[in-house]
Amino acid sequence: MTTLLIADHDGVRLGDATARALTAARQIGHPVEILVAGENVGEIAAAAARLEGVAKVRVADDASLANLLAEPLAVLVVGLAGAYRVIAAPATSTMKNALPRIAALVDVMQVSEVTRVVAPDTFERPIYAGNAIETVRSIEPKLVLTVRAAAFAATAEAALSAPVESVAAPQPAGGSQFVGADLSTSTRPELGSARIIVSGGRALGSAEKFDAVVAPLADRLGAAIGASRAAVDSGYAPNDLQVGQTGKVVAPELYIALGISGAIQHLAGMKDSKVIVAINKDGDAPIFQIADYGLHEDLFTAVPAMMDALR
Amino acid sequence: MKIIVPVKRVVDANVKIRVRADGSGVDLANVKMAMNPFDEIAVEEALRLKEAGKATEIVAVSIGPVAAAETIRTALAMGADRGIHVKAEGRVEPLAVAKLLKAVVAREAPGLVILGKQAIDDDSNQTGQMLAALLGWPQGTFASKVVLDGDHVEVTREVDGGLQTVRLTLPAVVTTDLRLNEPRYASLPNIMKAKKKPIEDTTPEALGVDAAPRLEIVATREPAARQAGIKVASAAELIDKLKTAGVI
Repeated sequence: MTTLLIADHDGVRLGDATARALTAARQIGHPVEILVAGENVGEIAAAAARLEGVAKVRVADDASLANLLAEPLAVLVVGLAGAYRVIAAPATSTMKNALPRIAALVDVMQVSEVTRVVAPDTFERPIYAGNAIETVRSIEPKLVLTVRAAAFAATAEAALSAPVESVAAPQPAGGSQFVGADLSTSTRPELGSARIIVSGGRALGSAEKFDAVVAPLADRLGAAIGASRAAVDSGYAPNDLQVGQTGKVVAPELYIALGISGAIQHLAGMKDSKVIVAINKDGDAPIFQIADYGLHEDLFTAVPAMMDALR
Repeated sequence: MKIIVPVKRVVDANVKIRVRADGSGVDLANVKMAMNPFDEIAVEEALRLKEAGKATEIVAVSIGPVAAAETIRTALAMGADRGIHVKAEGRVEPLAVAKLLKAVVAREAPGLVILGKQAIDDDSNQTGQMLAALLGWPQGTFASKVVLDGDHVEVTREVDGGLQTVRLTLPAVVTTDLRLNEPRYASLPNIMKAKKKPIEDTTPEALGVDAAPRLEIVATREPAARQAGIKVASAAELIDKLKTAGVI
């Protein structure tokens, strides 16, 4: 019995989410092999092979896999699936797109967003925006899982690299074609792995003020920037910064919520942060109920004062 | 072109749910229910395609207990043309839903199926992808823009790093993300009109699908509670506390 962990990457480097999902995969107890699919992914495969506890890395390097579209990736994984008891991947947008397609093709009911491995066939996962935690057991001969990266620490690198072998890419599936991507370019840490996150809400009032207030504090703290759904819907911040039930789920050491009231859908994405700071001029904002440190003040006075205090 | 829009009856997004004390599940007695918000966005997108002359008929499909018919009525009141209600009691998992929808698709032959990307009750985010897999169709998930162009659809997707655009050959499956559109409210005259629109009843048996759950729910519990901390009086005090706590 072996586990196949599908690596997520951006075409350049192995994402931190894969090292975190590896921790969950190893807890299941079977030997873990990592599949790296993509185009020109030799470096990424080498990085995967350096992770602790990996039995083998399998690489499918082909132009048809360049953007990890679900259709060709599913054909590849289904072709390999026979050899594995567990097929797992981090719950990133790429893998959330692909894994259910794979699960349906092998006729397995997927367990989404695993937050704890209870037993080799039993897992915890959040439902209702994290307001309930469900323990599910699978009695199927095969398991298909996505792992919530924020719930697991990243596996470290090992002294020795695991062997790397090539697998043939299948014929392209057809029907879907990559047209283009409009990706954020930022020198700040990634939301998913940042130690500190400064997040802005509707109270910022405009994209200009969001940039003028949130960005300097984030840069001073070496933090990633997040946003509430209200701020994203209003166009103050791009969609990839949204933290919440249906956006990114994060658990940094420090989460600073600026002008975020704390709708349950937002709390679902950040309430496992170690230390939560809430700054809001509405003293009754629900975010204060889960904040370790609450500052009842207008963020436009509080943030400059914080910058002063940090000097 | 016909569009099928599956709709799910779920707990209203504004309700704070309660977990039963005995760990047997979430207490849904006397809780306000509504159409899954992502499905409302799916209905709205289908309506806009029809209003733009790119679709001819919109069929709303729901799988669930008797009360799921209310959710189909909501879709009809928004403007869908007719409904199909697959009557099923108890838990129906995404894989079974996808199989049931595949059977409906085989009968209806739509050019497009538009679904919500995730239901806000079980948060699985699986059904659309599974349906596309079973049909052998391409998929455009987490859509923030959908452009129909002859026998293709171009879907802009919300992904971790920003946006990605894919071009799919029809027929295809699209799942909706939050920024795709702002769903309309049903007007009173349209709510009245919806009462006369047809809803066909069917069952998993009639569709030839085994809808029994594959996963066993062992227990359901409350998440670890988070205690409210302290209020600080000033930004300077806040920075002090954070330094003491060793987080900055």
